[in-house]
Amino acid sequence: MSSQTVVVVGSSVGGVRTAQALRREGHVGRIVLVGEESTEPYDKPPLSKQYLAGEWALDRLALLTPEAIAAADLELRLGVAAVRLDVAASQVVLADGAVLDYDHVVIATGAVARPSPWQAGSGVHVIRTLADVDGLRADLAAGGPVVVVGGGVIGAEAAATIRTLGHEVTVVDPLATPLARLVGPEVGRPLEELHRRRGVDTRFGVGVEGIDGSAGNLTVRLTDGAVLTAATVLVGIGAVPNDAWLADSGLLIDNGVVCDRYCRAVDSDHVWAVGDVARWQDPRYPAEVRVEHWTNAVEQGAAVAHNIVHAEDLQPYSPLEYVWSDQYDWKLQIVGHASRGGRFEVVGDLSADPAKAAVLYADDDGLLTGVVAVNWPKPLVTGRRALNAGATDFEEFVAQIRALFAKVSAPAAP
Amino acid sequence: MKVQIDSKLCQGHGRCYDLAPDLFGEDDEGYATLTPLTADGNVPDGREGDTRLAAANCPESAVLVFEEAVNDRR
Ligand SMILES: Cc1cc2nc3c(=O)[nH]c(=O)nc-3n(C[C@H](O)[C@H](O)[C@H](O)COP(=O)(O)OP(=O)(O)OC[C@H]3O[C@@H](n4cnc5c(N)ncnc54)[C@H](O)[C@@H]3O)c2cc1C
Repeated sequence: MSSQTVVVVGSSVGGVRTAQALRREGHVGRIVLVGEESTEPYDKPPLSKQYLAGEWALDRLALLTPEAIAAADLELRLGVAAVRLDVAASQVVLADGAVLDYDHVVIATGAVARPSPWQAGSGVHVIRTLADVDGLRADLAAGGPVVVVGGGVIGAEAAATIRTLGHEVTVVDPLATPLARLVGPEVGRPLEELHRRRGVDTRFGVGVEGIDGSAGNLTVRLTDGAVLTAATVLVGIGAVPNDAWLADSGLLIDNGVVCDRYCRAVDSDHVWAVGDVARWQDPRYPAEVRVEHWTNAVEQGAAVAHNIVHAEDLQPYSPLEYVWSDQYDWKLQIVGHASRGGRFEVVGDLSADPAKAAVLYADDDGLLTGVVAVNWPKPLVTGRRALNAGATDFEEFVAQIRALFAKVSAPAAP
Repeated sequence: MKVQIDSKLCQGHGRCYDLAPDLFGEDDEGYATLTPLTADGNVPDGREGDTRLAAANCPESAVLVFEEAVNDRR
């Protein structure tokens, strides 16, 4: 038992935090962390925020200090991809030919940006890795207008950052409002208004037909017949799990590594998955789910570490969904389900500048299902506790948040 | 082990005080604070693991942990 080796494949937040959690849980054997990128493990959220803005240098993105690596006694194998998983032999094969024997392997290879379906000569970017953002920044440095395709979290955030850098920016998305997969128009419209107030040209409800030209001289043809010119185009249309390297592993791969409720691959008791690449059977839902949020990667890593170290006490993984996004001066936080078309109450004013508000959501039974907070963490964390406790009466919760608002409704200090 | 909250970085995700409520607290707006147990910046003996857990869960790296000795692993 004491000589067991855990190999963690993927060296971003999911893999790194799993490795550290293994040590916290009391794993005493080797922990080997394998990462394709040669950069020291770095965090992704700042890539569309402070790093893209040029406010933070790379060292601010580090997920591990030398002290933390020493404290958790991690063996890092960076700059080499895992190319094969041999489940029968319990081995991970690396691109340089090295073979790692494991007792347990944790798959944390995350996701890649969905590639642009529109081909142009050059100047069309995605954001997922450091290299992606460095390439984008190099093109942005030449100046000129920017078209952002996709008004989801990454597209909308990057649009805000690029606009703040001084570029002319147009956002195009076939959906009706920004962040439409997470929130309804009650939040999306004020957010679109914020982008417009800051000078972004927004084209929601319109798709892209094609992109032609090359860096510095691109044209973007829209489904409504409009033609936009751009020096640089950023395509933010989602992510796809990084599971191709597992194709011949014999594991069930279906839009991610398919796992049981313990985040263990359905085909092997020694293979686990965490983060954006994991599709697991959350006991609350009828089918397996995959979540592309930061806190999920961290919490799932802790759950997997517990289950590896305490095989006698397997715990199902059933987290409360949480995601945040920073756009201009909006700090947006979402917990639970912000059901679209369902019942909701707004406390505060999302159209104020600066905004400070919460939107509270209920199901048909009059129970709280989710909270969206803007520049006001208190209702978010209050809602998270209520959702964790379960069966929170919506009317009572609304009254509680209104009372909180009355207490702090003096305008936020700048 | 020592701990601090960088309140310029804290965005009120509330992870630290949900995971270790006696080590971290919250102000009226929901931003993180230290508590009587940690106010002097020292982590109580035996609570290094919970402190690391809180730091590992902070999306803003606003829970600053200063490891003193590598062998106090828990
Ligand atoms: C620009 C951006 C902004 C974001 N902002 C937010 C936000 O504000 N809030 C939020 O909640 N979430 C945000 N997210 C999502 C969040 O960052 C992800 O959910 C999180 O990074 C998932 O972590 P992961 O470790 O599972 O995967 P990833 O971060 O994708 O990491 C996977 C790692 O595995 C490595 N790898 C891949 N294949 C191999 C292989 N074969 N061998 C070895 N290594 C391999 C990769 O190099 C990478 O280091 C953002 C994501 C991006 C891209």
